Amino acid sequence: MRLLLIAPILIPFFAAVAALTAWRRRPLQRAFGIAGSVGLLLAAAGLFESVRHHGIQSVQIGHWPAPFGITLVADLFSAVMVLTAGVVGAAVAFYSLGSLDPERESFGYHPLVQILLMGVCGAFLTGDIFNLYVWFEVMLMASFVLLALGGERAQMEGALKYVTLNLISSALFLAAVGILYGVAGTLNMADLSRKLPEVPSGLVTTLAMLFLVAFGIKAAVFPLFFWLPASYHVPPVTVTALFSGLLTKVGVYALIRIFTLLFVHDTGYTHPLLLAIAGMTMVTGVLGAVAQIDFRRLLSFHIVSQIGYLLMGLGLFTPLALAGTVFFMVHVIFSKAALFLVSGVVCRIAGTYDLKKLGGLYRTAPGLSLLFLIPALSLAGMPPLSGFVAKLALIEAGLATAQYAVVAVALGVSILTLFSMMKIWTEAFWKNPPEPERPREEKSAAPRLLIAPISALAILIIILGLAAGPLMEIAAQAAEQLLHPEGYVESVLGGIQ
Amino acid sequence: MISLILRTATHFLFTIMLQFSLFLLLRGHNEPGGGFVAGLMAAGGFALYTIAYDVAATRQALRVDPRTLIAVGLAIAAGSGLLSLMKGSPFMTGEWGHLRLPYLERLNIGTPLLFDTGVYLTVIGVTLMIILSLAEE
Amino acid sequence: MEMLLSLVIGGLYAAGFYLMLRRSLAKLIIGLSLLSNATNLLIFTAGGLTRAEPPLVPRGADRPTGPFADPLPQAMILTAIVIGFGVLAFALVLAYRAYQTTGSEDLDAMKETDR
Repeated sequence: MRLLLIAPILIPFFAAVAALTAWRRRPLQRAFGIAGSVGLLLAAAGLFESVRHHGIQSVQIGHWPAPFGITLVADLFSAVMVLTAGVVGAAVAFYSLGSLDPERESFGYHPLVQILLMGVCGAFLTGDIFNLYVWFEVMLMASFVLLALGGERAQMEGALKYVTLNLISSALFLAAVGILYGVAGTLNMADLSRKLPEVPSGLVTTLAMLFLVAFGIKAAVFPLFFWLPASYHVPPVTVTALFSGLLTKVGVYALIRIFTLLFVHDTGYTHPLLLAIAGMTMVTGVLGAVAQIDFRRLLSFHIVSQIGYLLMGLGLFTPLALAGTVFFMVHVIFSKAALFLVSGVVCRIAGTYDLKKLGGLYRTAPGLSLLFLIPALSLAGMPPLSGFVAKLALIEAGLATAQYAVVAVALGVSILTLFSMMKIWTEAFWKNPPEPERPREEKSAAPRLLIAPISALAILIIILGLAAGPLMEIAAQAAEQLLHPEGYVESVLGGIQ
Repeated sequence: MISLILRTATHFLFTIMLQFSLFLLLRGHNEPGGGFVAGLMAAGGFALYTIAYDVAATRQALRVDPRTLIAVGLAIAAGSGLLSLMKGSPFMTGEWGHLRLPYLERLNIGTPLLFDTGVYLTVIGVTLMIILSLAEE
Repeated sequence: MEMLLSLVIGGLYAAGFYLMLRRSLAKLIIGLSLLSNATNLLIFTAGGLTRAEPPLVPRGADRPTGPFADPLPQAMILTAIVIGFGVLAFALVLAYRAYQTTGSEDLDAMKETDR
C-alpha cells in the first residue's frame, strides 16, 4: 500500500535514469520509455483501485511525522488524475515510437517525457504546498527542454514566451508560499486547512488571490492564457498532446485543491470570482478558436475554453458541480490528447496543419476521420459521448444554484465549439482537396503505431459516455471528499492529535 | 590563453579542491556540509581545470561522461530511499548500521550518507554538463 | 530591519518587472533572476527575522541550546535557489540559441508564433 503511493513517482524516475544511461542508443531508450509509461499506467490503476476500496491514503516520506515531513496523499481525485496521466502517458509513448524523428529521440526525448510524468504525478500526490512547488518545477524543467528540443526558429520563440511566463508564475507561487508560511507557520496542506481559520480573513483572501494568479497562469485562465496559443503549436505533436493533456490540468488541479482544502473561509467572495473567470475563459478561448485556420492553433485555443468549464464546477462549489468537474477533467484530457494526435496524423498524410490547404481526407483516410469525429463531438458535448455527461452535470449544477448567466455562457460556448469542430471537419476532411501546388510526395497511410493509441483513447471516450452512471458515481465520491476535507486532514494528521 | 602560473597552481588546487569536496561530503553527516556543496566544490575544481587547460582535457580527466554521473547519482540517491522500503518503513527512512574498524571508535554509517553521495555525483554531473557545453560553444 | 528588507524586496520586484518589460533579450533574463532573488528575500523576511544561533545541536546536548533560527525558510530558500540556478542556466542557453536562430535580441522581432 505504501509502495503504491510512491510507485507513480518512482517508476518514471527510474525509467528516466535508465534511459539517461542509454544515451544515443535509440532502441534501448524507446524500450525504457515504453516500460516507464506502461509501468506508470499499471501502478496508477493499482493506486486507483486501492483508494477506491480503502479510502484516502497517506504516507510520510522518511517517517517524519506529518506536519514536519513531506506527506504524500492520495484521495480519489488525486488517484483519478494519476490514472488519467498514466493513460495519456502510455498513449503518447506508443504514438511517439511511430512519429518522432530520430534526432529528437536520441537527444533525450524519452527521459524527458518520463521526468515530465514524474513531475505531474508528484504534483497530484503531494500533500505539502512547498513540495507542490518543487514538483511544478520538475515538470516545468522537463517541459522547457521538450519544447525547445529540435531548435527550430518557431520553437525558440515559443519556448522563450513559455519559459518567461511560467517563471513569473513560479516566482509568484513561491512568494505566496513564503507568505503563507509566515502567517500560518506550516506548509502541510492538511495542517494549513486546520490553521488558516485562525489567521485574519483579509490576509487569507489576499493570499488566495496571489495563488489564483500563480496557478491561473499555469492553468491558462482568462486573462492569463495568452502564452498558451503562442507556444503550444511549435513542438512536435506528441509533445503538444502531452502538454495539452497534462500541464494546464496540473494548474487546474492545484486550483481545485487549494480552493477546496485551504481557501474556503470566504466562499462568498472567492467562488463567484472563479465563476466569472470561468465564463470569460470559455468565451475568449472559443472565440479565439473560431478565428483560427491552423489545425493545431485552433485546438490550442480550445484548451483554454475547456479550462473554463473545469473552473465553472469549482466556482459553483456544490457536490454535483465538483463531480462534473472531475468527470470533465478526465474527459477533456482524453479528448484533447486524441485530437492533437489526430492532427499529427493529418499532418503526416497531407504535409500541413493549414486548414485551407487540407481537404478530402474523408476519402483518403475514412478511419482517421471517424477517429477525429469521436473526440471532436465529445468535446462539443454530443450524446452519448463523455463530454455530454460532463457538461450535463455542470449545467444541472448551475441551474440548481440559479447561476443562469454562466449556464447560458456554457451552452453558447458548446455551440461555438461544435461550430469550430465542424469547421475542421469540413475544411480538412470533407471538402475537395485544393489543387496541389506541387506534386504530393507519395501518400503514406498512417502506420498502425499512430492509429492504435488514438483508437484506444477514442474507445475510452465512448466508454466514459456509455458507462456514465457508475463512473459518475466515482466522480461524486471524489467530489464528496473534496467538499468535506475532514477525511483528508484525518488521513494525514490522524495519529498525531 | 595558456598561463604557466595558472597551470602550475591548478595542479595543486585541483587535488586540494577534490579532497576538500570529499571532506565536505563526509562532514555533512552531522555538521554544515553535505552532498550539494561538496558537489559544487568538486565541479569548481573541474571548472578551474577547464580554464587552465581546455574542455577535451577536462573530459579526459573526468573519464566518464557527465550524463553518466547524473544517471548514476540519481540512481544511488533514489536507491538509498528504496532500502528502507525493504524493511517495511516508508520511502527514504534513514537506516543505520555500525562499523567497527581498527584504530577508530564505532562508526555509524547509514542511508543518508548514500543519499548524499548520490546528490554529490548528480551535482557534479549537472554542473559540469552545463559548464562543458557552454565552454564548447 | 523588516522595513528595510521590505523596501529592498519591493525595489527588486520593481526592477525585475521593469527589465522584463524592455525589448532586450538579455534584460529579460536579468529581470527573471532579479525576480527570483526578490522572492527568496521575501520568504526569508516572511519567515521571521531573529538574532539567533543556527539550528544545530551542539556536541553532547540533545537539543539546541538557546534561541535558534527557524531552519525551514532557509531550507526553502536553498531549494528555491538551486531550482532557480538550474532554470536560469537553461534560460541563458535558450536565449543564446534564440539569438542565434533569429539573429536578433529584440523581443519584438519574435512575433512569428503569435499570428
